[in-house]
Amino acid sequence: MTVPSNQDLIDFVVREARLIDQHRFEEWLDLFAEDGIYWMPLEWGQTDPRLTTSLMYEDKLLLKIRVERLKGARTFSQKPKSRCHHVLQVPQVDQRDDATGTYVLWTPMHYVETRLDEQKLYAAWATHTLAWADGALRIKMKRVDIVNCDAAFGNIQLFM
Amino acid sequence: MDTYRNNIDAVRALVRDAEVHRDVYIDDEIFQLEMEHLFRNTWVYVGHDSQVPNAGDYFGTSIGTQPVLMVRHSDGQVYVLHNRCPHKGTRITTETCGNTGKMFRCPYHAWSFRTDGSLLGVPLRKGYEHAGFDTSVAKQGLSQVKHVRNYRGFVFAKISDHGPDFEEFFGGSLSSIDNMVDRSPVGRLEVAGGVLRYMHNCNWKMLVENQTDTCHPMVAHESSAGTTVEVWKTAPPGTPKPMAVEIYAPFMSPYEFYEGMGIRVWPNGHGHTGVTKSIHSDYSSVPGYTEMMEKAYGAERAHAILNENRHNTVYFPNVMMKGPIQLLRVFKPLAADRTLVESWTFRLVEAPDMLLQRTVMYNRLINAPTSIVGHDDLEMYERAQEGLHVDGNQWVNLQRLYVPGEEQGDEAVTNGTSEWQMRNQFRAWNKFMTLSM
Repeated sequence: MTVPSNQDLIDFVVREARLIDQHRFEEWLDLFAEDGIYWMPLEWGQTDPRLTTSLMYEDKLLLKIRVERLKGARTFSQKPKSRCHHVLQVPQVDQRDDATGTYVLWTPMHYVETRLDEQKLYAAWATHTLAWADGALRIKMKRVDIVNCDAAFGNIQLFM
Repeated sequence: MDTYRNNIDAVRALVRDAEVHRDVYIDDEIFQLEMEHLFRNTWVYVGHDSQVPNAGDYFGTSIGTQPVLMVRHSDGQVYVLHNRCPHKGTRITTETCGNTGKMFRCPYHAWSFRTDGSLLGVPLRKGYEHAGFDTSVAKQGLSQVKHVRNYRGFVFAKISDHGPDFEEFFGGSLSSIDNMVDRSPVGRLEVAGGVLRYMHNCNWKMLVENQTDTCHPMVAHESSAGTTVEVWKTAPPGTPKPMAVEIYAPFMSPYEFYEGMGIRVWPNGHGHTGVTKSIHSDYSSVPGYTEMMEKAYGAERAHAILNENRHNTVYFPNVMMKGPIQLLRVFKPLAADRTLVESWTFRLVEAPDMLLQRTVMYNRLINAPTSIVGHDDLEMYERAQEGLHVDGNQWVNLQRLYVPGEEQGDEAVTNGTSEWQMRNQFRAWNKFMTLSM
């Protein structure tokens, strides 16, 4: 059985950020496994997404609602639209489990989101848990820990 | 130039029967006067006593823009102290919350204070022997906010000696706190789940008004709730409805629904939407919870508690509470055009975890800076903050379902799309702004 190389895993994470930056949100959604989750904790070192609030803890249905909403004719907070920009460090492969096809990568990043005259810079670490099945990688979990996760933010409208 | 300071008539003239002047939202001097009068003459929410369960526990927050500390003293009582060292003004606490043990110790010169604020010690005390220290303000220690009331765990404080006492100020509106607390089988709440903090570049009153604005959800939230309804339609038939869809979808209820749910207004600016029903009425039941409640209260009383589905209760000036969701939002004024929104969630002690799970999910989906519903609202507030600078029309219209004479009403229930509660808030605003001028 072929398994993804470390470079395949790294390329996947880099491409994922690129799809967001290019507003290719449908293609981006397709990167998630059917039971995939996007998690952005609220607390430093948060372990529980269920009884502790998060900034985001979204399954594919909720992510799809976001993606559809961004296109909506009456989505006034996206008139004009936000734009975003990722700068990633080289993703590091923290765990490889070829037997189950599970891989974990850790990627420090800077994320810029901008709309109208405002531009906000965030620093974060992305932790990707990827699953290898049928010759393709899918996101089981993308966890984004913002350095100042507990700060009072204004709108964050796109995806880190 | 002072337009409003020492000009009580000018302040009064900002609020008409069913219109308010834009300066209440955009004028820096009015904001300053709000801090000096409105936020001192009213009972302002400080925190929940479950945040300070043990002696020495403290929590730092603000009343208006005044930094205060809520602290549990060794006698078990909760005090609210002004958070500055009487020596040089240094903020006493280094963390937002924690346990200080038996005393606060100023990190600058080690002056120390008991947890009721009284002065414990000053290093090199001899240096003050002939200085008149005993009669100084500093000798009094960390000064207490004089008027503090812990109502079923909710701690409110009033800085000024002006204004009504606690019971008179809140009157019948305390029934919303009662209902939220009674939803615990043992009648107790605990702050849980973390607090969401969301910065808004708009005036704090826009947020308060929006809590009973029932003509905006189907319009402003069409993008979020409406999209949810559309996406959910594409789910394969028979798919169980997720909790998240149960939370989002009712925002799209038609005008008739909101008209029928009703609004109740109380004196002094308090009021709530959802008298007969609300967008929280049709959530799936949580296994085992009703039985627990029946056992604790008896069937009749338990159902009376659970059938009360108040939507948003405004506690004037700057709090909104959701009893059926166990959620409380504080709209903290920072400047005329800047507001920090804190959204707190509560565990119903001894109720199933699934209730807290729903509470936490609601908070995340609706009140986070990453919330699509939050994005819808903030966009409107910020557009209004900008638009109000238009000089051509300087008045905000609050006439919906206004009937002359409503001012005399003591407690009233009315059509759920009325702007009565917003008018009620501004009448209270006028009263407490000018009370001590």
